[in-house]
Order: sequence, then C-alpha cells, then structure tokens
Amino acid sequence: MMILSPLEWMFYLAALLAVVASVKVITGKNSVHSLLYLVVSLLAVAVCFYLMGAPFAAGLEVIVYAGAILVLFVFAIMMFGLGQDETLHAPKIASMRIWLGPCCIALVLLVQLLYVIDSSALQEKLTSNIIDAKQVGTLLYGPYLLAVEIASFLLLAGLIAGYHFAKPDGQYEHLNIQQSTNEKGEL
Amino acid sequence: MIELVFKLLEIVLIIALLIPIAAMLVWVERRMIGIWQDRLGPNRVGPIGILQSVADLLKILGKEDWVPPFSDRLVFILAPVIGAVCVLMSFAVMPFSPSIGVSDLNIGLLFFLAMASLAVYSVVLAGWASNSKYALLGGMRAAAQTVSYEVFMGLSVMGVVLLTGTFNLREIVLAQQEGWFIQTQFVGFIIFLIAGIAESHRLPFDLPEAETELTAGFHTEYSGLKFALFFLGEYLGVTLISAMSVVLFFGGWLMPEPLASWLPPLLWFILKVFLFVLFFILLRTSLPRPRFDQLLSFGWKYMLPLALFNLLLTAVFKLTGGFYG
Repeated sequence: MMILSPLEWMFYLAALLAVVASVKVITGKNSVHSLLYLVVSLLAVAVCFYLMGAPFAAGLEVIVYAGAILVLFVFAIMMFGLGQDETLHAPKIASMRIWLGPCCIALVLLVQLLYVIDSSALQEKLTSNIIDAKQVGTLLYGPYLLAVEIASFLLLAGLIAGYHFAKPDGQYEHLNIQQSTNEKGEL
Repeated sequence: MIELVFKLLEIVLIIALLIPIAAMLVWVERRMIGIWQDRLGPNRVGPIGILQSVADLLKILGKEDWVPPFSDRLVFILAPVIGAVCVLMSFAVMPFSPSIGVSDLNIGLLFFLAMASLAVYSVVLAGWASNSKYALLGGMRAAAQTVSYEVFMGLSVMGVVLLTGTFNLREIVLAQQEGWFIQTQFVGFIIFLIAGIAESHRLPFDLPEAETELTAGFHTEYSGLKFALFFLGEYLGVTLISAMSVVLFFGGWLMPEPLASWLPPLLWFILKVFLFVLFFILLRTSLPRPRFDQLLSFGWKYMLPLALFNLLLTAVFKLTGGFYG
C-alpha cells in the first residue's frame, strides 16, 4: 500500500476532477453546460501543472484557455442562440464501425499513459524541479526560436484572414449611405 | 499548525474587512458624486449618511430571492458567485504591507490576470442564463469587451515585469524603493488603468449594463441577494484595480523617507488605494459612455499598439541600461 503525501492527494484530486469534468463535457446535452465543465477541466489541469512544478504553465493555462479561448466559445454559442438540448440535430450513430478509429488512437494513448505512470525514473524527472517563467522564456527564444517564429507567422495569417472577413464591403457601405441620407432627411 | 491557524485568521480578517469596505464604497460613491454635482447625495441615515449602505443591505436582504422560471437555474445562481469569488481570490496575492498578505505566490501577477480573465464568466453566464434579450446583449458585449481589453492589460504590466524580472507582487513593491514605477512606466500605467476600468466594466466603459439602451444589461433579471453579489463584485473590482495600480506603479506601501515615518505602511497603502477609488468615482461623474464599436476600435487600434510600443521601449532601455543602470 502506497502512502500519499498531502501534495499527491491534491494532485490526484485535481486529476480526478479533470477526468470527471471532461466526461461531463462529452456526455452533456446542453452546450453551455458542457463548456462550463470544460472550463472546470482546464482549471483542474492547471492545478495539476502547478503541483507538478510548472507554475508558469498553470498561469498561462488559466489565462489563455479558460480565460480567453473558452470565453470566445461561449460568445459564439450565445451568438447562435444554442444552449438548449441539441441532440435533435445530432446525427444518429450509424454503426459500431465509426468507433473503430477513435478506439485505436485512444488505445495507443492509454498504453503511453500506463508506461509513464509505471516508469519511476520519468516520475522523478517530472516532480524534481520547478520550471519558472524565465526558463520557459530562455527555451522559447533559444532552441525553439524557429517554432515560435513559425507559430507567429501562422497567427499573422489568421489575423490577415480575420481582417479580410471583417473588412467593410459593399453591403456595409450601403448601410452607411442610407444612414447619411437619413440624417440629411432629418435636416 | 499554529502558523496555519494564523494564516486562516488573516484570510478571514481580510475578507471580513474587504466586504464591508466594498459596501461602504456604494455610499462613498453616491455621496461624492452628489458633492461633485453640487447636490447633497444620501445624507439621511446616520451622521452624514454613513449608514446608508447598512440600510441598503437590510432592504436587499428583505427582498424575495427570486429565480425567473425561464432562466437556466443552476447557471443563473452560479454567475454572481463566480464574479465575487474571482475578485476576492485576486486579493490573495495582494501585498498590503510588509507583513500582511495572504500569499507570496511567485506568479502573483499572472494569478491576478488569470482571476481577472475568469471574472468575465460571471457577466457572460449571467447574460446567457437569464434567457432574456437585454441580458444576452449585455453578456455578449461583456465578452467582447473584456477579451479585447485583457490583451493589453497583460501587455501594459509586462513593462514592470521587465524592469523587476519577477511576477511576485511583493518583490515588485520592494523593487520600487529607489523610485516608483510611475516615473518610468507612465504609459504602461495609463493603459493599465484604462484596461482596468474596462475589465471591471465601470463607467465610462459600462456598456454591458448600459441603462439607456439595455435596461440593466446582464443583470436585468437579477434581484435581491444575487443582485447584491454583482454589486459587491463590482465595488470589490474597483478596489482591486486601485490596489493593483498602487502595487505596480505607486510603490505599494512604500513612501519617500520624511513621509514614511508619519504613518504605518498599511495606512499609506490604504490612503493611496482610496485616492484611486475616488479617481474612479470622479471618472464616472465626468465622462460620457462611448459607443460599443468606438470602444473596441479604441482598444485594438490605439491601446494595443501603444502597449506594444511601451514594452519595446522598456526593453530597449533595460538592455542599454537607461533606467536604473
């Protein structure tokens, strides 16, 4: 029987929360509730990161994922007026065959996970040192500089595409003209 | 064990002081606006009206705790709690004085930003769960507004982080012994303040609850205690942004030497925070509310480039030894 330290208890509690919340994400029928469970899951993962000695990653997890990206998800769901029971729109599960592919991929992940849990050398490596913001920074702008640059190019492309879609086109100008004539009409 | 008990006592004490302070701010705000607008303001309950908040509280406690039947019950109840809890959590990393402060978290500043970004769920979910058009519009505005202003709120404080090399708020305060960061990070401070007002959706950036067009915005359907929680969250938010400005740019509890010995550090801290709160109130009385598209384009087109430029300039000065050698 292994005796867990309080820190380990915290870790497994957070991990359990993350798993339960993730299951609730995919079994829920209400999309906003699912999103809320996803937020809880991300927060639990952030706690895991923190306990594993990566406070910077934990902070970014909350700020970027839970605080920004999922807010945009909620925003989109509110825009489209979803949120109630959407099982009506969902395609019927046709056969067992569509489960085959995901199951194979999940199996590989499971084997990897079991290996990681089993190997004690790897576990020591995970918990022995605390990685602060400075280390992350020097790694990002040292050996991984190219990856950062490529990612920023990708984001730039996204930005330009976003600008293209949001750019005022003919329809918008028409509205503007109408508005100005209205103002003239009032005068 | 004893240490743990003291820590818990400290936490309880801080919360027990913060919540009444937030309640009192309602009275301070109404009274100050009254004076600035050449009116009297609430002056009937107790001496100079100081018990007005108590009267308000009693009234609000006596109201029926009603959940509209058309709302999403669970989320509707959860939303105001999220707001108040997130703001209160941020005070956990606040260094009030050399010895007072719940946690010296190494990522204190990031923790504050994280809690600020989570607080938006309160408004968005309230807007969604109310299942009413006014509330939904308010919630959507809040989501767009906070996500936009969050971006350069983070960027504006990075100048301070660059100069100190830490996210720990206590160390940031201690790094200001030679001079407050307002001297070198003035632009960063202005951007932080504007973003802070937008994050706490106070006037002039209170578009999520703009009365003139959305009745009461995201809290249209709220009443009684849950409405009070939103109010508590808002005034705690004002206190939080004020305290954070003081910690990051105005030396926290530190004061230049002849003044420092006059009052204990905690009182200096409270005094500075109170000045900022008054400034927030003055802003409310003096500025009109912008249109929503104006608000967003102001953020993305002016504030964001300015914040980036400030960061770049700070980095250049830091590398060439321009500030403190």
